Amino acid sequence: MSVNSSSPIISLRGINKAYAGGFQALKNVDLDIERGEIFALLGPNGAGKTTLIGIVCGIVKATAGTVVADGYDIVRDYRAARAAIGLVPQELHTDAFESVWATVTFSRGLFGKPPNPVYVEKVLRDLSLWEKRDAKIMTLSGGMKRRVLIAKALAHEPSILFLDEPSAGVDVELRHDMWRMVRELRANGTTIILTTHYIEEAEDMADRIGVINKGELIVVEDKAVLMRKLGKKQLTLSLRQPMSDIPDDLAAWSLTLAVDGQSLVYSFDSQEEETGIAELLRMLNAHGIDFKDLSSSESSLEDIFVSLVQQSRETPA
Amino acid sequence: MNIYGIRAIYRFEMARTFRTLAQSIAAPVLTTSLYFIVFGKAIGGRMGEIDSIGYGAFIIPGLVMLNLLNESISNASFGIYMPKWAGTIYELLSAPVSWLEVLCGYVGAAATKSVLLGLLILGTARIFVPYQIAHPGWMIGFLLLTAVTFSLFGFIIGLWADSFQKLQVVPMLVVTPLTFLGGAFYSINMLPPPWQNITLFNPVVYLISGFRWSFYGVADVDVAISIGMTLGFLLVCLIYVWWVFKTGYKIRT
Repeated sequence: MSVNSSSPIISLRGINKAYAGGFQALKNVDLDIERGEIFALLGPNGAGKTTLIGIVCGIVKATAGTVVADGYDIVRDYRAARAAIGLVPQELHTDAFESVWATVTFSRGLFGKPPNPVYVEKVLRDLSLWEKRDAKIMTLSGGMKRRVLIAKALAHEPSILFLDEPSAGVDVELRHDMWRMVRELRANGTTIILTTHYIEEAEDMADRIGVINKGELIVVEDKAVLMRKLGKKQLTLSLRQPMSDIPDDLAAWSLTLAVDGQSLVYSFDSQEEETGIAELLRMLNAHGIDFKDLSSSESSLEDIFVSLVQQSRETPA
Repeated sequence: MNIYGIRAIYRFEMARTFRTLAQSIAAPVLTTSLYFIVFGKAIGGRMGEIDSIGYGAFIIPGLVMLNLLNESISNASFGIYMPKWAGTIYELLSAPVSWLEVLCGYVGAAATKSVLLGLLILGTARIFVPYQIAHPGWMIGFLLLTAVTFSLFGFIIGLWADSFQKLQVVPMLVVTPLTFLGGAFYSINMLPPPWQNITLFNPVVYLISGFRWSFYGVADVDVAISIGMTLGFLLVCLIYVWWVFKTGYKIRT
């Protein structure tokens, strides 16, 4: 089957998942993952991220809906679809008594690839596992086990890589190594889908972001667009004299006093032509409100994320 | 057909055995030796011949079957239970392998191990008792068929079990009694008449009887029935495993 390079590499349509107890883990999820992108799936615990990944990888059966991966239906053409996918699970599930080399070689074979010691060596070296190739997995630290799981997922040269909460319980060094490797993989054409609680990383790494909450995909957006759309800036003025009330004629600005009255916070849309800062400062001067310092900050993805989840709670579908 | 996948599972499972080679060999050799010393020499010396076969030689096929059943079941059940317990089954479920390929890997490895063990026990028995094998081809055939069938049965137990206790319960409470009552140490003709009929409901009777026939040319039940019963059980197990993988029962949520 020839695959159009411009078509999505993964396409989910109407995916629903209800567990036996009646819990609805996913509700009508439609999602397209573009070829070669890094896609971050964000959501609170229990939002359905792992279930979604599980369905695409074949571990969880969808109650309804279809998934096409690399041009193949994941149920009908499961062999071709799964051969294209590598999965790094959230939990550190490893074969305690196996050596690193044996377990990675096993994964390659399991996914139907002929032995290739040169490639396996490269994967192990890239993940700084080469020195540990003969070590039993049970003797490795948590971070090294995580590396082993990544090596296993890459052993069959997948074109799609799922990383389910890859940073959980991982030290700074490994996190840097991992993100460097993710960028390299992307540069070589691998599509990467990750879930993470480290929102700064998604902000740093992802091309596009999908936000999921209570089984519903709330928004899927280009990261920059998402930031622009929802990005708010705040100007914080540290006051010389504490204030108890904001003067009435400053009501036109959305101002808030910080709890101790020591600082005044002005929220504004950074995309607006006229931010109103200059006018605000003139007005403050006119009221004799003096300040000793000022700082501005941009809302992080975390803020955006929290506000999106809140919005979806307030406006039920 | 994912040949590399089958090979990977098979090798992984065989490696598990070779890691514990000493105990894999020592334990069955020791128990078999004990059986021969106690039943073959001490007790058997005071017993007459059964079907004109010395008692020590008579119990050999039964002893091999006893070990074959236990080893097949424990190897295969442990093999598939471990990934479930350790969580590594995620990889098997997300791999491009069919249920038949998974079976070939796990059951193939478990059966290989128990056949090797059966041959090892036969070798050990030779030290204690001289015996002949009348139909070597059939002997190997029964050995293979039984090993595969009961490895498959063990695989099912491993899929079904959700605790180490459950893993033990079927071999201990069902298989061992059936094997002891299946004519491993006696001919069913030695039982009082009503028990001769009741014992025909025990599938192990057919296995041991057929296997003993391949050694000495005498059997408690017709050889064709022995083969038929074993094949029937194999088929039932296959259908069950197919259904498990098709519905995802207990393995795929």
